[in-house]
Amino acid sequence: MNARPKAPVWERRPRREGPGTLGSPRPVRDREVAPTGDPAHARLQKHLATLLAVLLLTAWSAAQAQGFAGLGTAAEGFAVPEPGRALAFPADHGAHPDYRIEWWYLTANLRDGDGRDYGIQWTLFRSALSPGEATGWQSPQAWMGHAAVTLPDDHRFAERFGRGGIGQAGVQARPFRAWIDEWALTSRAGPGQDALDRLRVTAGSPDFAYTLDLEAHGPLVFHGEDGYSVKSEAGQASHYYSQPFYRVSGTLDLPQGPVEVTGQAWLDHEWSSQPLAETQEGWDWFSLHLDDGSRLMGFRLRDTDGDHYTSATWISPVRQVETLSHGAFRAEPLETDRVAGRALPTRWRVRLPVRGIDVTVDAVNPDSWMGTRYPYWEGPVTVTGSHTGRGYLEMTGYE
Amino acid sequence: MPLLEIEHLAKAYVTGEERQPVLEDVDLVLDAGETLALTGESGSGKSTLLHLVGALDGFDAGEIRLAGTPLSGLDEAGRARLRLASIGLVFQQFNLVPSLTVAQNLALQARMAGRADPDWLAELGQRLGLSRFADRYPQQLSGGQQQRVAIGRALAARPPLLLADEPTGNLDETTSDRVLELMLELVDDTGAALFLVTHSRQLAGRLDRHLHLSRGRIA
Amino acid sequence: MNGVALATLLSHWRRHPLQLFTLITGLALATGLWTAVQAINAEARASYAEAEAQLAAGRQALLVARDGTIPVDQYVTLRRAGWRVSPVLEGEVEYNGAAVTLLGIDPLTSPLARHLAPTDGEAGLDPLAARRTLFAGPATAERIRSAGTGLQVVVRDAVAPGTAIADIGLAETLLDRPGTLSHLVVLSAQPRGRPPLDAVAPGLTRIEASGAHDARRLTRSFHLNLTALGLLSFAVGLFIVQGTVGLAFEQRRGMFRTLRAIGLPARRLLAIALAELLALALLGGALGIALGYAIAAALVPDVAATLRGLYGAAVDIGLALRPGWIAAGLGMALLGTLLAAAQGLWRLRRLPVLATARAEAATRSNATTLRFQALAGLASLGLAGSVIAGLDGLVAGFVFVAGLLLGAALLLPPALAGMLALGARLARGPVAQWAWADTREQLPGLSLALMALLLALAANIGVGTMVSSFKQTFTGWLDQRLVSELYVTAETDAQGQAIHDWLEPRVDAVLPIRHADTRIDGRPAAIYGIVDHETYRRHWPLLASAPRVWDRVATAEGALINEQFARRAGLAPGDALPLAPGWRLPVVGVYSDYGNPDRQVIVALDALLERFPGVANRQFGVRVAPDRVETLAAGLRDRFGLPARSVIDQAAVKAHSLAIFDKTFLVTGALNVLTLGVAGFAILTSLLTLWTMRLPRLAPLWALGLTRPRLAAMELLRSVALAGLTFLLALPLGLSLAWALLAIINVEAFGWRLPMFLFPGDWLTLGALALLAAALAAALPAWRLYRTPPAELLEVFADER
Ligand SMILES: Nc1ncnc2c1ncn2[C@@H]1O[C@H](COP(=O)(O)OP(=O)(O)OP(=O)(O)O)[C@@H](O)[C@H]1O
Ligand SMILES: [Mg+2]
Repeated sequence: MNARPKAPVWERRPRREGPGTLGSPRPVRDREVAPTGDPAHARLQKHLATLLAVLLLTAWSAAQAQGFAGLGTAAEGFAVPEPGRALAFPADHGAHPDYRIEWWYLTANLRDGDGRDYGIQWTLFRSALSPGEATGWQSPQAWMGHAAVTLPDDHRFAERFGRGGIGQAGVQARPFRAWIDEWALTSRAGPGQDALDRLRVTAGSPDFAYTLDLEAHGPLVFHGEDGYSVKSEAGQASHYYSQPFYRVSGTLDLPQGPVEVTGQAWLDHEWSSQPLAETQEGWDWFSLHLDDGSRLMGFRLRDTDGDHYTSATWISPVRQVETLSHGAFRAEPLETDRVAGRALPTRWRVRLPVRGIDVTVDAVNPDSWMGTRYPYWEGPVTVTGSHTGRGYLEMTGYE
Repeated sequence: MPLLEIEHLAKAYVTGEERQPVLEDVDLVLDAGETLALTGESGSGKSTLLHLVGALDGFDAGEIRLAGTPLSGLDEAGRARLRLASIGLVFQQFNLVPSLTVAQNLALQARMAGRADPDWLAELGQRLGLSRFADRYPQQLSGGQQQRVAIGRALAARPPLLLADEPTGNLDETTSDRVLELMLELVDDTGAALFLVTHSRQLAGRLDRHLHLSRGRIA
Repeated sequence: MNGVALATLLSHWRRHPLQLFTLITGLALATGLWTAVQAINAEARASYAEAEAQLAAGRQALLVARDGTIPVDQYVTLRRAGWRVSPVLEGEVEYNGAAVTLLGIDPLTSPLARHLAPTDGEAGLDPLAARRTLFAGPATAERIRSAGTGLQVVVRDAVAPGTAIADIGLAETLLDRPGTLSHLVVLSAQPRGRPPLDAVAPGLTRIEASGAHDARRLTRSFHLNLTALGLLSFAVGLFIVQGTVGLAFEQRRGMFRTLRAIGLPARRLLAIALAELLALALLGGALGIALGYAIAAALVPDVAATLRGLYGAAVDIGLALRPGWIAAGLGMALLGTLLAAAQGLWRLRRLPVLATARAEAATRSNATTLRFQALAGLASLGLAGSVIAGLDGLVAGFVFVAGLLLGAALLLPPALAGMLALGARLARGPVAQWAWADTREQLPGLSLALMALLLALAANIGVGTMVSSFKQTFTGWLDQRLVSELYVTAETDAQGQAIHDWLEPRVDAVLPIRHADTRIDGRPAAIYGIVDHETYRRHWPLLASAPRVWDRVATAEGALINEQFARRAGLAPGDALPLAPGWRLPVVGVYSDYGNPDRQVIVALDALLERFPGVANRQFGVRVAPDRVETLAAGLRDRFGLPARSVIDQAAVKAHSLAIFDKTFLVTGALNVLTLGVAGFAILTSLLTLWTMRLPRLAPLWALGLTRPRLAAMELLRSVALAGLTFLLALPLGLSLAWALLAIINVEAFGWRLPMFLFPGDWLTLGALALLAAALAAALPAWRLYRTPPAELLEVFADER
């Protein structure tokens, strides 16, 4: 109905590619950013304020909400992603405190010796109240970590919050290390390797823990134009790249005992200063490792007018990257389950006709609900049909 | 059918160990509209008989029937209902409610019985000479005036039977005569039967019948 | 029929407005005092509940540093080792001369943050001010705003009074303590495989959550006290109701009979009488609730002061009309009325239609009633005695007091009857004899009022003796304990050291006052460190001690504890006392420590510093010749720029302590006076209602030749004599009550036992007051008698039958 985004600003932004990336025509819908006085916009602000309230105290959240009124303006002081800014590593693996939001997002599909499927998630979010960094409690940076382990019949998750400036949480580029409390994503890369080529990830909670080693067997993948990923007709964009080629091995520590696992993982790193458009109520995002060696990332952005915008990146078995614009990727719900009191699609038909892909995507565990302060659905999936494989699905904005 | 029938009525008071028979075998019939005077020595049981007829007290043997209804078969509430609807009581003590005005006292029984007729009440007040005192309280009236209020109250609901126990016992002779005169007049007009206990043989002579109670029996 | 009958019943009140007034007033007073106490208790409890929800102090385990402050790095180290803890920086800020506890928290991790969440319509706070925001309760917020700090203040009812919550980044700036923390809150749900605390942060100590809610526990006895006083007031009020209702039933016997004779069934009459009573009870109850609200509103500030002063429970008691205590008040009014009318209703049920003088006489036997009262009274006293002999504890204490009061009240009429009989025997002359006999005959009508007076007087004597004894003890104790001529408070430890060094050569002795707040056995306790000085050896008020007590304290071989600690923990000299992990000392002495709710321990300063190196060093007692105090104080203020309140002389401290003391018992005193007032009113109303019945008794005397003035004077005298006799009986009762309060209830409630002092002067005043009240109460009827026209007296004869 109205433009209330159900997803918190903290969650992963859809990997929505700018229409200009492949020179394809813009989507026909000509949306404008509503002025501040627009009721829908006011609701959006209020909603965001409420979402952030718990995290950042009343006043802070209010400040944040106020800030969105003049989003991306010079007065706010936040840096805005710019085309042609070449990403430089290892520096750009680290945090970008001048941008409002940023995340490092790792998902892995794992299997134990008995052939049981597991999924894990490890995410570190950063949000800035104002640009820049300061030491101690005066820092404007706030951090949030999510970790989860998903089995076909079990789903466990934990979350952490932390302040910037004091060392409780952060991401440093050299040597690469992303951490919040004792959770960490640490580089173990040797000389000459990219920092993200070899990683160790750890997380724990009262009822689960994991330590996994990741080894990349492919290069970083840059979305959009060399990692400049346009997000809307209004010109909003992010810097965005992925490492989708990890092989994983390690140990899950579960209530029933430790489990040795191996599998594949996908890491995203994205930063921006801009939120969702106000008519977008949520998204469905897929990252699939297909058994033929190719990778597919695709999402559909659900609009309140029923016209869902889609976008995708296809990576061939020989690492060729193809960015696909609106309409090339299609995803339709086939079945829904009641999860956390709402109807969520847990079986999908996913198609990418230009690559002959027509598959059914099933949730490994329909109950992969992340009941964190900002709840959403995130869990492993299996792929059958024209192609087979595994992957991860994220769904937000269902109420 | 007679209004009141009393058959073999017996009543004794028990105080402590002692049993004192008062009424031993009383038979009596009173027709509607009839007036009856009962005389007897002091302590002969006149008041007791009147109380029994008025369903104010229970008896030991025999039966009293009021308009065919045997009193022995009634419970406390039934007897109260009977009194309210069918019996007017005038006692030696005036038994007025001190916190109600004359007018309110006059209308009390009629109102409680749900039979208050303003015209009749006004006429009663007028004929009993109480109009002037309507808003006074009983204490502000003389004895004769108070007794007139009591008579009015007893007749306000037009009961078929009026029981009066020495209504003028407290009054001087002249007043007494006037009050009795009024009472007889009103009884006549309303067609009520009258059962009057009195010491005055002269007064007794003026009624339809005159009975004498002695040694627990009607002579 | 019902309507007419009810109207007839009610017509009585129109003719006797004074009686109605008395009844309603009695009910309103009883309900009012009770409701006031209930309201105060309910509000105080609600405010504890809020306070508990607010700061959740004691509900989570804490990590504290042995040396007082925790560096932020240590917090981060713990966090990165997997310890889920949340930082707190606590300090005091002064706004408009009043100290506000500033709590700096990290909203991302603090369990308190959820209480600060925004309400609807608050989204538009000024973003520039957003990070300079304090969250405080309404009163505190107002105070901060009025101080004009330029900080944004947001009102959150959940924040405890006198406290402000801010982001830790703002707090460290305001407190000027960057990079430090006061303690860490251990959050629930710790991850697996976390290293032990010692391995990560060796300097920190874990303090386990305390089981009980301290404020609730500590103040329970205070509220029980209030409740007992409220019940007493209620009982006194009920005496009035009983008296008037009984009289109203008595006076309406004729009416009831007439109604019955006319044809109103007995049950119906009973139901209507009940309905009438309930209506009156509702009316009186409603008025009582309004009255109670007013009384509560007047007393609430003092209650809050008491709770703060006596128990350290910071409460902001507002007063709200809560359905709970309104319902309770009305319920009490209804119940009380029914109780008071029980006798009347019982008699009404059995009322014969036909009245004979004989039947009437049989129902009342003065002698039987008196005998019954005497027996019941003795039984009640016996119960009280056996309870106190067999049980202890607060409840036993109250049962004892209740039994004592009830028994004494019941014994009053037989006792008075005995005294009057004696008087009659000794009297000379017919008039005097008649007066004694007549007074005795009047007793049943007056006895309820006199019982009320007895209870009120006894309560007054008892509570008065308790408070005065307490005050005398307290004053003496203050004199003994406050020996230092000057007390200095520095702003920082560094300044403290400087002041110490500056004072050292100028005065006889500088006695540091340093303590660590900790928990012993999970209960809050303060450990004070002292230096060895003759000031302590000579003056410190010890209640019990082991040999060489001060030597052993000085050499860190023993600890002193305060009386409340000793009583609550059952400790005596010789017992071992665990002070901290790995630190035990034998108790070598117990000292009295009035007015302090908490457990306290005294050890040698060196020993304290060894375990708690960081304890603040900001307070000193200074021993100096009295004539140099003023110059020294001025010098201190000048040299160190200390505010006036930081340099206080002995007299000021004493005055302050006594002021707190007085506040503490203000509520008790107020309720006491109110109860006495109610009792006075009870006598007045009894005499007034009896008046109508008195006339027939007085008329014959008048006819026999006694003048009206003489009769009036006798009436007055009689009332005063009864009050005087009652007072004589109230005296021993009151003293027993005082004993129970001092020796049983206070020990349970506060943890200290006080010696009992007698204050005959106060008794005289109270006795005079009682006589005056009785005289005043009798004055109106006497005056009416004096003015009664002869006609009215004559009428008595006319009516006599
Ligand atoms: N309630 C009572 N209990 C015991 N004895 C009673 C009671 N009422 C009346 N009596 C006795 O019963 C007898 C009859 O009394 P009652 O009042 O009927 O006499 P009475 O004929 O009306 O006399 P009087 O002309 O004097 O009014 C008397 O001896 C009296 O003492
Ligand atoms: Mg008679």
